[in-house]
Amino acid sequence: MNITAVTINVIAVTGLLIAFSKDKDKAIKSLKIAGKSFVGMLPMVFVIIIIIGLLLGFVSATQISRFVGEQSGMVGILLVGTVGAVLHIPALLSFPLAASLLEKGASVSAIAAFITTLTMIGTITLPLEIKELGRKMALLRNGISFVIAILIALIMGAIL
Amino acid sequence: MRDNLKQKRDWILLGIILLIAILLLSIFPDRKGPVINTLWDYFIEMMLILPAVMIILGLFAVWVSKETVVKYLGKTSGLKGIILAIILGALPTGPLYIAFPIAVTLLKKGAKISNIVIFLSSWACIKIPQEMVELQFLGPKFMLLRLSLTIIFVIIMAVIIEKIIEWSDEGMFFIY
Repeated sequence: MNITAVTINVIAVTGLLIAFSKDKDKAIKSLKIAGKSFVGMLPMVFVIIIIIGLLLGFVSATQISRFVGEQSGMVGILLVGTVGAVLHIPALLSFPLAASLLEKGASVSAIAAFITTLTMIGTITLPLEIKELGRKMALLRNGISFVIAILIALIMGAIL
Repeated sequence: MRDNLKQKRDWILLGIILLIAILLLSIFPDRKGPVINTLWDYFIEMMLILPAVMIILGLFAVWVSKETVVKYLGKTSGLKGIILAIILGALPTGPLYIAFPIAVTLLKKGAKISNIVIFLSSWACIKIPQEMVELQFLGPKFMLLRLSLTIIFVIIMAVIIEKIIEWSDEGMFFIY
């Protein structure tokens, strides 16, 4: 168990203890929400883990790095960024997937582009965003988000 | 209702993926070892943090209400407004579609457009549980660098969007 995992668990337990000492009903309510979200997320957790397993077991590092590695360059980054923008998987699960790709020779830029567009841009929620906040604001936010995601990716690739 | 449907869809997807995996592994039995090892490693790593992340999520969902967010973000501006928009967006209080109605309320209350864009973007991509999982899987260097770059660029984007919207609204004023 690494430091990050320990820290997160300590925070969760401390938070729960404080919650129970302050308001038992509310604490139980948050535990219920936690349990429900956990169970709700389980199938996708397994789906992602199986995809990672197959990816690492069957696809070779050279194949992965050809598409999303250093030599794929700008095209690779734009491609992965677009996939991230369109794809609708829980952000929490994109990180293990990203880590497995990185392990297999994907470039830092491609991974950063994927995570950033995935979280920042919501194609599924876009109609709702347009309805609630207006076409101008929603399209500007999602459009410029794509540009800055690519910028973030390029800078990260240059630094790391 | 909507969640139920999504749940069903996710389980069906899992069934399909599982079937593909079993099929592939029976055709290539030599890959069984590495695939199952990877599965197990990632499963353990997820299970070490996911329950804790969900508990933190649940605590915030109950303790920080929409009203709290609106109350704090509705009237602040300047640097304080920007920082508050980032922090309130980053609190783990639910999926993005919950943030839209909050943003509408904030707009009606006269909050700055730039702060609302920062709030929405922070809600989408600077969420505390996400950062925790990113730290776990991609390490502190990657997570901190991406976080700082995201904050800087989101603020720049927010200012640009505010300027564009104000500018085009003025344009409208002259046309009509």
